[in-house]
Amino acid sequence: MNEFITKLSDYLSHSFIQYAFIVSVLIAVCSSVLGVPLVLKRFSFIGDGLSHVAFGALSIATTFSFMLRGIAYSANGREIKSETAAKLIELIADSNNMIIILPVTVIAAVLLLRTNQNAKIKGDAAVAMISVSALAIGYLLMNKFPSSSALSSDVCNTLFGSILTLQENDVMLCLILSVVVMAVFVFFYNRIFAVTFDETFSKATGIKTDHLNMLIAIITALVIVIAMKLIGSLLVSALIIFPALSSMRVYRSFRSVVICSMILSVFCSVAGIIASIFWSTPAGSTIVAVYLAAFLVFTFISFIMGRKKK
Amino acid sequence: MGTQLVCKNAALGYEGRIVAQKIDFTVSSGDYLCIMGENGSGKSTLIKAILGLKPQMSGEIKWCGDIAGREIGYLPQQTLVQRDFPASVREIVISGCLSKCSWRPFYTRKEKDLAEKNMKRLGIEGLSKRCYRDLSGGQQQRVLLARALCAAEKMLLLDEPVTGLDPKAQAEMYELIAGLNAEGVTIIMVSHDITAAVKYSSHILHIGRKKQLFFGKTEDYVNSPVGRSFLATEGGDDDE
Repeated sequence: MNEFITKLSDYLSHSFIQYAFIVSVLIAVCSSVLGVPLVLKRFSFIGDGLSHVAFGALSIATTFSFMLRGIAYSANGREIKSETAAKLIELIADSNNMIIILPVTVIAAVLLLRTNQNAKIKGDAAVAMISVSALAIGYLLMNKFPSSSALSSDVCNTLFGSILTLQENDVMLCLILSVVVMAVFVFFYNRIFAVTFDETFSKATGIKTDHLNMLIAIITALVIVIAMKLIGSLLVSALIIFPALSSMRVYRSFRSVVICSMILSVFCSVAGIIASIFWSTPAGSTIVAVYLAAFLVFTFISFIMGRKKK
Repeated sequence: MGTQLVCKNAALGYEGRIVAQKIDFTVSSGDYLCIMGENGSGKSTLIKAILGLKPQMSGEIKWCGDIAGREIGYLPQQTLVQRDFPASVREIVISGCLSKCSWRPFYTRKEKDLAEKNMKRLGIEGLSKRCYRDLSGGQQQRVLLARALCAAEKMLLLDEPVTGLDPKAQAEMYELIAGLNAEGVTIIMVSHDITAAVKYSSHILHIGRKKQLFFGKTEDYVNSPVGRSFLATEGGDDDE
C-alpha cells in the first residue's frame, strides 16, 4: 500500500499526469450528466455518430493546417512580402485545430438531430451513413497528407485517445468548455427533464422543445470534442452511455440518477487512469473497462435488490 | 357559463391530406365534451390542432373568455420512453409548472405548493417519492393528470385516458375525472368507450370518416340516428 502511494505521488509530480487527471475529471462530469437525458431520449446513437464526425473533422483540420504550414513556409522562403500574414497563417495552423473541429461537429449534431426528426429518412441509417463516411474520409486524408512520419500511431491516438500527450492549452480549452456545458445543463435542468420525459406535453404547454433538443445536441457535440482527446473517438460513447445506464439500474429518480452518474463517472475515470499508469495499459481502453466493470456491479446490485423486494 | 373554445368549419389534416373537415363545436366553461370516432377519423389531429401543435388547414379554432392560448392541461397517451423512465412522482408532477417559470431555471415555493396541492387532490401524495415506472397503470395516469392540473386549472384535454387500464382502474379514473369536472374543470376527452361517454359527458362530438357526424348534448346524441346505431353496435364492448 505504501509503495502504491509513493509511486502514485511520484507520478503526480509530472505535469502531464496532473493534466490527465484534471481533464478526465472534467470530462467525466460533463459526459455523465449529459448521458442521462441522451440515453433516456434514445439519442445515444447521436453521440456515437458525432464522435466519428469529430474524427473526420480532426483529420480535415490536420490536413488544412498541414497545407497552411506549407503556404506559410513558401511565403517565408521567398520574398517575405507580408510577415504578419505568414505569422497569422501559422497561428491558425497551431490553434489546436479546434477552429475547424468544433463548428463541424456542432453542425453535424444539428444535422443528425434534423434527420432523426424527419420521418422520411430513417434516423439510424442516416447516422450510420454519416459516421462511416466521416471515418473513411478522415483516414483517407490522414494517409494522403500525413502530418508526421508516424501515421499509424497518429491514427491510433485519435481513435483510442492519447491522454498523456495533453498540453496546457488543451487543459484550458477543456476547462472552458466544461464550464459552458455544466452551466447550460444546470440552467436548463428542469426543462431538460420535462422534454426528456414527455416531449408532446412540454410542447403543448409552450416549451420550445425544438430549441431545447438543438441545445442538447450542441452541448453533446462540445462534450464529444473535448472527450475525444482523452479517450479517443471510437470509445467516446462509453463515457456518455455507461454512467447513465449503470445508475439507472439502481436509482429511481431523475435527480439521483444524474448525481450518481456524475460520481460514478469521476470515480471510474480516475480509477481507470491510475490503473493504466500502474499496468502501463492504454488509458482510454482501461477507463472503458472500468466503466464496464462498474456497470456489471450495478446490474448485480439491482438484481439483488429486485430479489429482496420479491 | 362562458364560452372557452370555438371551432368553426375547421379542416384538419397533414401533408396536404385532409382527414376531417367541417368540424364545428363550442366548449363552454364546466362542460364535459367527449370526442368519439373510429381510428383514423382525425381525433388525434384534432387534439394537436386544439393544442396548437399542428395548425388546422382551414377554418378557425379560437380561445375565448377566461382561457388564453395555452392554458390547457394535456394528458397525452403514454409513450414508450416513459415505461422505463427513472423519475419520482414529484419530479413529474412539478414539471407541469414549467410553463409558469418563463425563463427562471428553478421552481419557487409557489410552484412546489401547487404540485403538493394537486398530488393531494388526486390522492397520490403518499407516492411522491416513488418511482414512476414502479406504479400501476392507474397510478401513473393519476400522476400525469396531476401534472396536467399543474399546467392549467381550468381546462383538461385527455387523450384516451383509460387505455391499458384494468376495468376497476378505468372506473376509478372516470370517477376522478367526473369529480374534477364537478369542481368546475372543463373536460375534453377523446375516447373509444361509448358507454362511459354517454354516462359521464355533457356533450358529444362524433367524427366519422372525413366529416363530422354529430355535435350536441349527450342526451340528444343518445336519441339521434348516429348515436343509436353506434350504441347498438359498440355498446356492449368497451375493451377497445
